Amino acid sequence: MTEGKYTVILVHSTSYAIRAERVLNMAEIPSKLIPVPRHLSSDCGVCVRIDRENQEAALQALESAGVETIGIHEI
Amino acid sequence: MIYFDNAATSWPKPPGVAEAMVHFINDVGANPGRSAHRLAVESGRIVYSAREAVAELFHAPDPLRIVFGHNVTEALNLALRGLLRPGDHVVTSSMEHNSVMRPLRALAHRGIELTVVPCSPEGFLDPAKVEAALRPNTTIIALNHASNVVGTLLPVSEVATIARQHGPLLLVDTAQTGGAYPVDVQADGIDLLAFTGHKSLCGPMGTGGLIVGERVDVKRMDPLKRGGTGSRSEHEEQPDFLPDMCESGTPNAVGLAGLDAGVREVLQRGVDAIRAHEMALTQRLIDGLKDIPGVIVYGGLDANRQTATVSFNIAGMEPSEAGLRLDDQHGIMCRVGLHCAPAAHKTIGTFPTGTVRFGMGLFNTLDQVDTAVDAVRQLAQEAQ
Repeated sequence: MTEGKYTVILVHSTSYAIRAERVLNMAEIPSKLIPVPRHLSSDCGVCVRIDRENQEAALQALESAGVETIGIHEI
Repeated sequence: MIYFDNAATSWPKPPGVAEAMVHFINDVGANPGRSAHRLAVESGRIVYSAREAVAELFHAPDPLRIVFGHNVTEALNLALRGLLRPGDHVVTSSMEHNSVMRPLRALAHRGIELTVVPCSPEGFLDPAKVEAALRPNTTIIALNHASNVVGTLLPVSEVATIARQHGPLLLVDTAQTGGAYPVDVQADGIDLLAFTGHKSLCGPMGTGGLIVGERVDVKRMDPLKRGGTGSRSEHEEQPDFLPDMCESGTPNAVGLAGLDAGVREVLQRGVDAIRAHEMALTQRLIDGLKDIPGVIVYGGLDANRQTATVSFNIAGMEPSEAGLRLDDQHGIMCRVGLHCAPAAHKTIGTFPTGTVRFGMGLFNTLDQVDTAVDAVRQLAQEAQ
């Protein structure tokens, strides 16, 4: 079980995070926009959190939609 | 009461515009792109939705290559001041608004070469004259899509073909066409499209922006302002990606909420349907006015070749007096004078007196046109 374990996807800015959220919604992959965890970046923006079990499907959906990501981290 | 000043700003707005803005103020309110709590994210979603709506309207492939700003003037300044460098040559037309002409005149004092291609007295531009004006160092051709004085449409697609053949970027000011006439950045070959939200996009004032095409080297673009973007906060240097690099400071998110609703109303009605309605109004007005003794109508007198903006003069009556009487005696609101476009008035031969301008829009009716024609007929008789 990977319940409660997450992957966060870092993107350029909030606009890109919202674009990612739209793509994931379309792909029916649950996501949540959260503040970028401090240990990953000192950025003040948001990132996309998904269940780790969906990581592969999510990254595939984002890639095929042309959403640029700048970091993938398991938390 | 007849509102014929839509070329200055559209009114009324579709009801959804005020509703969206009230919803934003009362129920959302947070700063988009800054914090990450639920209201900030919702605010960001609304701004993103506005980007998507504008992208759909203008057939822009990437909503994130739309830079939001306060109006079309800011967008034009960003394109011109952001991309032109000393030694560059820029070509524009003699029908431009001061939103293009003033930045270019200022840049011409700083080492940028400027050619203003003359248009016909009806306000039309011959694309061959644009091609003839090009130099090896021409980097931008800047054109308004339609004149704000006489509504004449400029040959954007033809000039785009010339731009692609010779290299310069094509910058188009769609203040008078966006939402009222079909515009397709891809099919029309527009590299930089400046738009305003408060005219035929049906949004509120304080909204507009620039669509940045793939041929534009973003790394060369100098933002008008720098500051906080909510992204890359660890860096004291400005981000180098769109739209953040050109969107410093808190945006007019409440305005963009309204713009989102306005553009979606336009999309729902369909630009083609809006265009057909406005063409019917325009031809009726032109035909009615041109038969009145003592009235001169400017432009091509053909609704197919212009927007719903019609300029005219009444012999023996200053435009300012005509405007006052139209308002006081007939309840018709319009704009008189030079319309911030002295070059265009010089081109059509009405400088420095100017004209009376009827700017019609989505919500005007044929009955209003008939009433206005009767009012002008009465003024023309009074003037004799």
